[in-house]
Amino acid sequence: MSTTIQAGYLVAAVLFVLGLKGLARPRTAVRGNLLASLAMLVAVIVTLTNEAIVSWPVLVAGLVAGTGVGVLLATRVQMTSMPELVALFNGFGGLASVLVVGASSDEVLGTPAEDVTYLAAATISALVGAITFSGSVVAFGKLGESLGSWSSSLARPLNIALAVASVVLVVVFVVDPGWIWLLALVALGLMLGLTVVFPIGGADMPVVIALLNSMSGLAAASTGFAIDNSLLIIAGALVGASGLVLTGVMCVAMNRTLGNVLFGSMASGGVIQDPHDVYDGKVRSASADDVALILDSARRVVIVPGYGLAVAQAQHAVRDLTLALEKRGIEVVFAVHPVAGRMPGHMNVLLAEAEIDYAQLIEMDVVNPTFAETDVAIVIGANDVVNPVARDERSAIAGMPILDVDAARTVVVIKRSLSPGFAGIPNPLFAADNTLMLFGDGKEAVVGINTALNQL
Amino acid sequence: MTFLAALTLFTLAVFLGVELISKVPPTLHTPLMSGSNAISGITLLGALVSAGSDHSTLSTWLGFGAVTLATINVVGGFLVTHRMLGMFSTKTSDRKR
Repeated sequence: MSTTIQAGYLVAAVLFVLGLKGLARPRTAVRGNLLASLAMLVAVIVTLTNEAIVSWPVLVAGLVAGTGVGVLLATRVQMTSMPELVALFNGFGGLASVLVVGASSDEVLGTPAEDVTYLAAATISALVGAITFSGSVVAFGKLGESLGSWSSSLARPLNIALAVASVVLVVVFVVDPGWIWLLALVALGLMLGLTVVFPIGGADMPVVIALLNSMSGLAAASTGFAIDNSLLIIAGALVGASGLVLTGVMCVAMNRTLGNVLFGSMASGGVIQDPHDVYDGKVRSASADDVALILDSARRVVIVPGYGLAVAQAQHAVRDLTLALEKRGIEVVFAVHPVAGRMPGHMNVLLAEAEIDYAQLIEMDVVNPTFAETDVAIVIGANDVVNPVARDERSAIAGMPILDVDAARTVVVIKRSLSPGFAGIPNPLFAADNTLMLFGDGKEAVVGINTALNQL
Repeated sequence: MTFLAALTLFTLAVFLGVELISKVPPTLHTPLMSGSNAISGITLLGALVSAGSDHSTLSTWLGFGAVTLATINVVGGFLVTHRMLGMFSTKTSDRKR
């Protein structure tokens, strides 16, 4: 590798670090993203000076095609579909690593360059890349709701068997390098991605997306080991680490371990109350007019947006309600649970798209002590994250961090029915003395409240 | 590069990544993820060499596939992140009350 390339990679590595650092703070995030893109541009340009590159048409065709598709996807996507797009891009990155390993193996296998480092790194990147690809495709399908869940008691032993077989194949390839083993490994990886991600429920998708993000980085890093490229190692490791940090954050927010998300099931233990005991005769339902009257006399309102708000596409209606309330001098903030939405931070993006000021989005730890001074808490399409039984250590969701909406003077829950959330347990909040249920579609209900409020 | 030198780079970069990301506010989780996702398209560098080195038909075409996919990952990832971040920043200037 020439000095130009190495010096260019050094510049790019520094820019990647500065870029990631910038992305971590609201005020510098735009610049951070631009720095990271600049890093990539520098890296690509210096790579093109590599003497090994002698033929241009195919290379340029790939760059042009990829740019076209990338621009198209990035400019067309709806913000609600952001998790699908990130999953898809992850999958492409993973598959690209597999293909690079394939191409380099074609050059290296059977030559003196075939050392243990190459073989081990190539197999790991083929395996991780293949898992990332098929796992991401399944995640893409599940997020777009074109794929359902499938669970079976066979899933766990099957996954363990596939994982063991993969490790064995990695060793076999290193000892006896050959195409057949490499292809078998890619096939196993593809299968493993399918069987691990398929049984995972929709509510756990934030964890899965974060983990796949991390794996696409690790695949790139191990490709770097294989083809002896320092920048692949550095950038891949940065992404792998940041994805792991986010995976950890998501797991903590759901009070689950990673192993539990990947291989376990929710509500595996604990006391589950009978819905009839919880709800019968205690649930009070209200009309949009009732809610408007209560809101009119409030001074502080906290809105709790959940997954259901995104499904109902109610974010713009919620913004209108917010403005109407603020016009009456009522303080409005949003309490955002860390796993609201379908990927980490997704709810924040959806609300930002609806032009809700991010200063109004309050994190769980900050907002929880303020519910006692809140007149009305409006829960839209959220369930498990506001279920007070999480405080009961005998319950199935014991210890999961929740928003303490029940401390508000009045709680309004907008929901289609009393059906349980992902945890599959009844929510006593719906039957609490200070709770009013407004049954219906999230968007229609919010529009209804808004209309009623304007007629007061 | 020896294996140990590569491993040193990798290990230091992992620590650096953890340090950089550990205190990101939830507001930025999605843009951070799509931005770092774009960075993971760094495989593009390897793909470019495979696609252009004219070693064999197989490696050229595998390289072509890899260049295309990695470029989608890189260009799409950075662009969509920029679009998302734009939504956050317009608001602060619009709505100074």
